[in-house]
Amino acid sequence: MNDKFPYLATENLAIGYRSKGLPKTISDKLNLKLWPGNLVCLLGSNGSGKSTLMRTLAGLQPALAGEIYVKQQSLSDIKPEHLARQLSLVLTERVEVGNLTALETINLGRTPYTGWLGRLDNTDKEKIEQAVYFTDVSALLDKRIHQLSDGERQKVMLARALAQDTDIILLDEPTAHLDLPNRIEMMDLLHTLARKTKKAILLSTHELDLALQTADHLWLLKHDGQLVTGVPEDLVLNGSFESAFSKEGFSFDKTSGTFSIRKAPGFLSLYLEGDENLVLWTKRAVKREGWEISLTPNTQNQIRTIEENGMPVWELLNSQEALKLTSIEALLHHLESKTSI
Amino acid sequence: MMAEKENNRNWILIGLTVLAVIFFALDIMLGSVQIPFREVFNIVFFQKSENTAWLFIIEKIRFPKAITAILAGCGLSVSGLQMQTLFRNPLAGPSELGITAGAGLGVATVMLAGGSSASIYAISQLGISGSWLIVGMSSLGSGLVLGLILLIAGRIRDNVILLIVGVMIGTVTLSIISIWQYFSQPEQLQEYIMWTFGSLSAVTSYHLYVLSAVVIFGLTLAFISSKSLNALLLGENYARSMGLSIGRARLIIMFSTSILTGSITAFCGPIGFVGIAIPHITRSLFGTSDHRILIPATCLTGTVLLLLCDIVAQLPGTQTVVPINIVTSLLGAPIVIWIIISRNNIRSSFS
Repeated sequence: MNDKFPYLATENLAIGYRSKGLPKTISDKLNLKLWPGNLVCLLGSNGSGKSTLMRTLAGLQPALAGEIYVKQQSLSDIKPEHLARQLSLVLTERVEVGNLTALETINLGRTPYTGWLGRLDNTDKEKIEQAVYFTDVSALLDKRIHQLSDGERQKVMLARALAQDTDIILLDEPTAHLDLPNRIEMMDLLHTLARKTKKAILLSTHELDLALQTADHLWLLKHDGQLVTGVPEDLVLNGSFESAFSKEGFSFDKTSGTFSIRKAPGFLSLYLEGDENLVLWTKRAVKREGWEISLTPNTQNQIRTIEENGMPVWELLNSQEALKLTSIEALLHHLESKTSI
Repeated sequence: MMAEKENNRNWILIGLTVLAVIFFALDIMLGSVQIPFREVFNIVFFQKSENTAWLFIIEKIRFPKAITAILAGCGLSVSGLQMQTLFRNPLAGPSELGITAGAGLGVATVMLAGGSSASIYAISQLGISGSWLIVGMSSLGSGLVLGLILLIAGRIRDNVILLIVGVMIGTVTLSIISIWQYFSQPEQLQEYIMWTFGSLSAVTSYHLYVLSAVVIFGLTLAFISSKSLNALLLGENYARSMGLSIGRARLIIMFSTSILTGSITAFCGPIGFVGIAIPHITRSLFGTSDHRILIPATCLTGTVLLLLCDIVAQLPGTQTVVPINIVTSLLGAPIVIWIIISRNNIRSSFS
């Protein structure tokens, strides 16, 4: 890291709420750093305090204790209009403004730079064009916000944040309302953005696998308020990742990087071999049924999957029979009928 | 596409201006006394006429009344527009959320407590200080109610529930006035009740200057706030993240709304539905949420419609004049019903 200081840093920060005058701490002694050019994902399960942390960092909510530094300047010393040039936000709440077009919404991002009437000059227009180009929303500009899909709307809000031209962007669950392709596109976009523009981007999410793939750093907020930071791979290997999300009945598979539902092993044991793709998906189906997968071929059932004339075929071999099946459904059906006897 | 829209907008703007001029002329020409068009023209542009009674009628009665209609149209609709954005609620408006009732309480304080010397018919005898007093009290009343509603709005997300709360607060305020009325003298009562019908013709001489000054000041504040109002369209969190000092912006908007509603209500009585209906008509005419366009455009639409209401209220061809409040309600209430019906998702959406 060439840059000498983090864009955003906290010192013994305590976050939480004050209800009826009494502070209710969610997490404390937070010493976090957000470096330029980095995409950081804040992960935590529902109710762990992700939003509170985001809101506190953005200055929307007071910290209970400690300090937040934006470019080495204490957040409490920065005037709102000055902060707006350093830090922009994308929130999870759906924006409902009937008559505003996408372009007008993006234009609003220039608010901290424009005069009292909000007139846009050439620099403003240039920044807006860049933001539109980056997020690829030029086709949406004339549409009204309520005509946009959730994914498009979120992209427009990101474009608005980019037009604000800040070094730090905080996004609170930007992928919450999106479907899978849109989620991947969004994460990819943010990653590219962090790399290309040297912005520091922090986003909260509960998309574990996407965060694992794209984030430069992870901040894991556990249920007890403890926050662990590190490179995703390190956190997976040292078990922090698993412990942050540990719950009865789930297990984290280090080889695939995904969580799976753990079931009591069934009495059916299978050995799988053959085409890599076919084996992978067959495994998933078998796991879902709760059957055991054996690593060695000396087990009751052996399945070999291959492609014959471009069609997948499953060859089942055991002590009583040898037969060919043409779909996973048929395979499961056959095995099921055997177990029920 | 963008240019086309802009072009469209300009045409609507020109159309509205022409309508405003025509209605202004009609408003001055029509009335219980028939005055020939040529004479009206002479009086307006050269201040002279062969008939001094006509000169008096035009100069002292019809002209101030038309100006008052314009001021009330601009002021009430802009205050409604500001409230709709501030509360992010399409059903917000001065009379709907009890702001006018608050202003009424202020007026009642002056009228009922101060004795009949300060009543609406005595207002003409009252000097400038008296009109300032009534404007001040009325604005204070509307400001208090607005503050209360804003406090409650922080806890309520649902637009319709906020509207119900507003109506309730309005009812409570009106009840306080009723209690006061109960213990008042009959002649004071009559004057207060006459005031509640609403009238654009009670504003003359000094009062017109006072009202113009306050309304123009309020409108200027509103226009200065247009950048803040635009930022507030995205919600408070986004507005704050874009560098808006929410507290200060809200205070200016509230102040502007209170003095606009307060001063107009003080002089013209509670005029219903203008504040809620006209911003919606303007938004759908111009197809924008940009307050830099909306505020002047709302003024123009408000001018046109209130002049029209005033013309209708005189029931052209007859000797009678019905209270302006009745006309605006007859015209405005169906518009509110239309807004509610045409937007199924009114609970969560903002305009």
